[in-house]
Amino acid sequence: MKIQKKKAEILEGDLTPMIDMTFQLIAFFMVLINFTQADQNKKIQLPESELAKPPEVPFENAITVQMYEDGNLYFDSQDYTFDGIKPRLRVEQQIADDYNKKDGGVKGVTVIIRADGRAQTGKVQQLIKMCQDLGFEKFALRAKETVPY
Amino acid sequence: MKLRKNEVHGREKIDVPMTPMIDIVFQLLVFFIMTFKIVAVEGDFDINMPQAAQGAPSTNLQVPLTLKLKAGPTGNLQSVSLNNLPPFEGTVQQKFAKVQTELVKSLGIADGPASSQEESEIEIDADFQLHYRYIIQAITAVTGRVDPKTGEVQKLVEKIKFAPTSGAG
Repeated sequence: MKIQKKKAEILEGDLTPMIDMTFQLIAFFMVLINFTQADQNKKIQLPESELAKPPEVPFENAITVQMYEDGNLYFDSQDYTFDGIKPRLRVEQQIADDYNKKDGGVKGVTVIIRADGRAQTGKVQQLIKMCQDLGFEKFALRAKETVPY
Repeated sequence: MKLRKNEVHGREKIDVPMTPMIDIVFQLLVFFIMTFKIVAVEGDFDINMPQAAQGAPSTNLQVPLTLKLKAGPTGNLQSVSLNNLPPFEGTVQQKFAKVQTELVKSLGIADGPASSQEESEIEIDADFQLHYRYIIQAITAVTGRVDPKTGEVQKLVEKIKFAPTSGAG
């Protein structure tokens, strides 16, 4: 009877190494996956800089304004013209002032500017000026990190 | 003999059903591979620019520094000059390298925590149509450098401000 039972068994290869490898792969992809940077706009080619190190502590209050090559803007998953974004930023400023009093209201909010490397400097400066007029004080110019060789 | 083959260590192997687990594991693997995208690491240059301070002269300035960036008609970099020095020669990289050398000469490189670097401030005066990437290059050259020996970042000028735009044109 015992011999009979063994004969009926399916021949099975050793799966352990394969499962080990597969878990390794899963762990690798899980670690590397990054949902937080999902809102980056692919059309924007950031300028490169070897000193652009990612911040050690992420900004607590930050809004990201992105600028295309032609000077138009992208904010909160929507496209804006240069002048069209001002009302939207004013809303942002009011929200910061109303709900963020302990951090100094709008002064505690960092405006991250992701501008295309081919955009005009003057446009970027005008954008900074516009934000300053609304009361924003902290700015962060974003760049892609290049590895120095 | 056949019986022995299955009893390698003197006991029978317990069969755990592996197939469902492998199925799920592969599902997970496929999910992570599909959603994976290579994103270059991004970093920031922090600039603190309150409204009032713009254009106002700083009091604790030791060396007033102005970096003038001139643009060609297409928005490419034409000339770089620091203070009243003659414009730097060479390719774009060489120009900014020279700016950095000049700054290192006048400020020294940061070794200790408190030094002239923290006090210093530079004003970047750029033409309107200049491509933004040159600004980032200028800020990179001005804020510090990567030590070629140790690979660590040495700081130069801490504070950066922009000259008011000279109008569209």
